[in-house]
Amino acid sequence: MRIRMLTVVLLVAVLSGVAYADARTDAKEQVEFGIAVAQRGLWKEAIYRWERATQIDPNYAAAFNNLAVAYEHEGMLEKAGEAYERALKLEPNNPMVRQNFELFKEIHDRTTNQNQSQTP
Amino acid sequence: MTGPRIRISLKLLSLVFVAGAAGCASFYEIPIETPIAAKLDVSAFQRVFIAGFLAGGTDDVDGNVETVRLLRSQLRMKSNLRVVDADVLPLMDVAVNGGAQGQAAGPAAEPREEPKPSSFKSEKDLEPYEHIFADADYWKKIGEEYQNPLIVTGTVLFTPHSQSGMVQREQEVIDPLGRRRVEPVREYMERKGFILQEKFIFIDGRSGTQIYSEALREERLYNQNDNTPALSSYFELMDEIIPRFLSTLSTQRVRGSRVLIK
Repeated sequence: MRIRMLTVVLLVAVLSGVAYADARTDAKEQVEFGIAVAQRGLWKEAIYRWERATQIDPNYAAAFNNLAVAYEHEGMLEKAGEAYERALKLEPNNPMVRQNFELFKEIHDRTTNQNQSQTP
Repeated sequence: MTGPRIRISLKLLSLVFVAGAAGCASFYEIPIETPIAAKLDVSAFQRVFIAGFLAGGTDDVDGNVETVRLLRSQLRMKSNLRVVDADVLPLMDVAVNGGAQGQAAGPAAEPREEPKPSSFKSEKDLEPYEHIFADADYWKKIGEEYQNPLIVTGTVLFTPHSQSGMVQREQEVIDPLGRRRVEPVREYMERKGFILQEKFIFIDGRSGTQIYSEALREERLYNQNDNTPALSSYFELMDEIIPRFLSTLSTQRVRGSRVLIK
């Protein structure tokens, strides 16, 4: 009985590992395609690819980072902020994500301050 | 014979290495342009009229005329709105003489003399005249005259300023071996400059009502021996203020770069 249970647990662990690896491989393909199109200036297509990547693998920090960059380029600053935060939550010590986020915050804070200083 | 062969093979090796490194790169720097939406929806207007400003601070620069000229030329280049080319309104004079009511009284009313710009040392000193911005009848009349434009007015305070204290500057020194190097030096300095405080008020020319306002401030200090003319300092400070003014009326793009990761 115990051996059967152990076998089942092991099988589940191995299969989920394989599924995780598959998800990461699929997501990585989307991310790479997104980078290629972004480099050609096709940012909308890149957004579609990176959104797909985050759906396939919600733990893929690079996909969230790239998505944040694309949102920023398209002026969707709120969405960009959320995506950067998600990327940093997944990889808090990634220096590239941190650097992107710092640069983003500089612009975001500036626009926020501008809106606050206005009077009706 | 072996020399050139070695050189060729090293070149090939480095090429292979570079190609391999490029193929394996896991991050890419990419230029981006972040659009910052205009703060004001100006789609209802086809024209903009930079009317005039209540100006104070120094007599060396006519803050009203210079600001109007500069903003008009910038808007001509960087905005889709048509810029109304008309005489600059002597706004202080209008405010002193009672705005729309004063104009209605006609020439019979004795005109009062407008104060000198240098008599306004702070924004508080300009406040008694700011009632002109709330005079909807006056602005509506101006709007009718220029085909209902978006009217830009406000206050300009350009004041001399001086400050003394420790300042860090770089000094070139030559060490005993004759080598040059740059060292930071802290020294006490008297510095003079100017502060530019501008309040932009946007008025709907159709109704004469205020729709938006924004206050901006910049200051610059110079070495006391520089003798920077007031007008050139004014333009330097306006260089800082103008992009923020333009971002109220039109979408601005901020250029930068980010890193994409595999």
